[in-house]
Amino acid sequence: MATYPLKNKAFLCAFIILWIIWGVIHTVVLYYSFGFDIYTAVTDSLVSNIFLACSCALISYIFIFYRPEGNYLFTIIEILAITILWLIISNVSLSNIVHSAGYAVFLKKSLLIRFLIGCLIIGWVAVLSLFWYSSEEQEEHMRLHESTEKLAREAELFKLRQQLQPHFLFNSLNSISALIVVQPEEARTMIQQLSDFLRGTLKKEENQWVTADEEIQHLKLYLDIEKVRFSHRLETLIEMDEATRNFKLPPMLLQPIVENAIKFGLYDTTEQVAISIQVLKNANNELTIHVKNPFDKQTNVPQGTGFGLSSISRRLYLLFARNDLLETSTNGNIFNTTLRIPQTND
Amino acid sequence: MIKTILIDDEPLARAIVKEYLKAYPEVEIIQECADGFEGVKAISTHKPDLVFLDIQMPKITGFEMLELLDCPPSIIFTTAFDEYAIKAFEANAVDYLLKPFSKERFDKAMQKWVANRNIGEASTATKQVIEHIAATPAQSNRVVVKVEGKIKIIPTLDIHYLEAADDYVKIQTSEGGFLKNKTMSFFEKTLDEQQFIRVHRSYLINMNQIVRIDIYDKESHLAVLKSGIQVPVSKSGYAKLKEALNI
Repeated sequence: MATYPLKNKAFLCAFIILWIIWGVIHTVVLYYSFGFDIYTAVTDSLVSNIFLACSCALISYIFIFYRPEGNYLFTIIEILAITILWLIISNVSLSNIVHSAGYAVFLKKSLLIRFLIGCLIIGWVAVLSLFWYSSEEQEEHMRLHESTEKLAREAELFKLRQQLQPHFLFNSLNSISALIVVQPEEARTMIQQLSDFLRGTLKKEENQWVTADEEIQHLKLYLDIEKVRFSHRLETLIEMDEATRNFKLPPMLLQPIVENAIKFGLYDTTEQVAISIQVLKNANNELTIHVKNPFDKQTNVPQGTGFGLSSISRRLYLLFARNDLLETSTNGNIFNTTLRIPQTND
Repeated sequence: MIKTILIDDEPLARAIVKEYLKAYPEVEIIQECADGFEGVKAISTHKPDLVFLDIQMPKITGFEMLELLDCPPSIIFTTAFDEYAIKAFEANAVDYLLKPFSKERFDKAMQKWVANRNIGEASTATKQVIEHIAATPAQSNRVVVKVEGKIKIIPTLDIHYLEAADDYVKIQTSEGGFLKNKTMSFFEKTLDEQQFIRVHRSYLINMNQIVRIDIYDKESHLAVLKSGIQVPVSKSGYAKLKEALNI
């Protein structure tokens, strides 16, 4: 619902002051230019201007409930109707109140000029009101749009971070269940690792970036758990440039990439799988992470970037508004994923 | 003696089933497999009575593996998390174990299996699940076939067209044709309907392969594919094509 401009105190003050000024001008013109006595001039000015002010308030009030979008004919008719109504009311009142000499003739002769002035003022107020309401509407629209967009973005980011977790979690719990009887010590270690990993995941929030060092530690926990699940089949090699230790990146970005590498690597081949992760900095001082994994060309259907990676691309786009930060390539039976994170200096 | 095979890529996941099965001396584990390829071989060779099957596995999924078997055995599925699969299980009478599962839950599945086996329903239920699951999006971007005892995975993008051939469907690709023991309506249901159009009772074509459509006679048309092959288009097939191509 639009707010009535006259409810605004500053507006109301300006409205009253302008009418007082106008009323004074009106009186002065009648008194000096037309030679009426002061009583007649003041009465004429008071009556016609009070009704005119009310008409202006009325047309503005009507627009709260109905605004003829683009229908100018309706607006013009409305202005004319209100003007005529005002003219009838004020003239009938004046002819009954004022009885000075020559006034009745003057009232009749000034009918056209009064009508024109009324049209002008009411029309002007109508245009201003329409402008006020439409800008208010636009503002409201913008606010709504912004807030829904922000909500949608947050929800999407949250969802993207959550994906792929349940599978990993339940399979890990199943491994623990198997270990409990035969290797209770191992089972306990795995519970510990899983807890640390989950705690790390829960702690993270989208807007709090983490250092490359923290992210790699978190990743190691994840890899240790996967190693228990796949026993001898998974081998990992992590290399990290010392200079990148304090470089920052959004949380939970690296893990899905490695998860994807494991999925391609382990699920597509039955042999031993070596996954290598290199953390470097490039010439543009960006954090650069290369992940390499073997894959089976025979069974892997190369469709785009695959699920895990398309959600990362989307996240990177939401965070940086760029589509070029994640690149993939194949080299023989090796799948390369390269992630670049621009560093902001704040 | 009940012959079983365990198929799961995680050794620990197999270990837990083995442990629970110790309580069933009449059950003999004849083989353990770590992927679907091994699974197909083992099932064909040993003809087991019961198979414990994981769904997400290397190379091919548990479901794709089942599609390759001429007569699928009765199955107890084991899976960690897969919403499509669970829907399929619930819609059909097959039992499934959600990892991690308890001994009690495992025993219940065994009891149910024994009961179903006695009335001969176990393998019908498996077949129903296969039909159901094949129609889910996760399964529809590739087709798995068996060629001379070997398993081949065909991305649906590479398929030119499919042709009915008696009890089989011939899947035509650039590398030649592959037969699969399924019906046309099975493929019509499972393949992406935006991409594959049933243009004729015996033909399903890949939209991306069409070069042009020629008039054949009053009632029918011919679709010319990139490979130069001409595929007959029936009257109703032509209507579907026109709709799909927006003409």
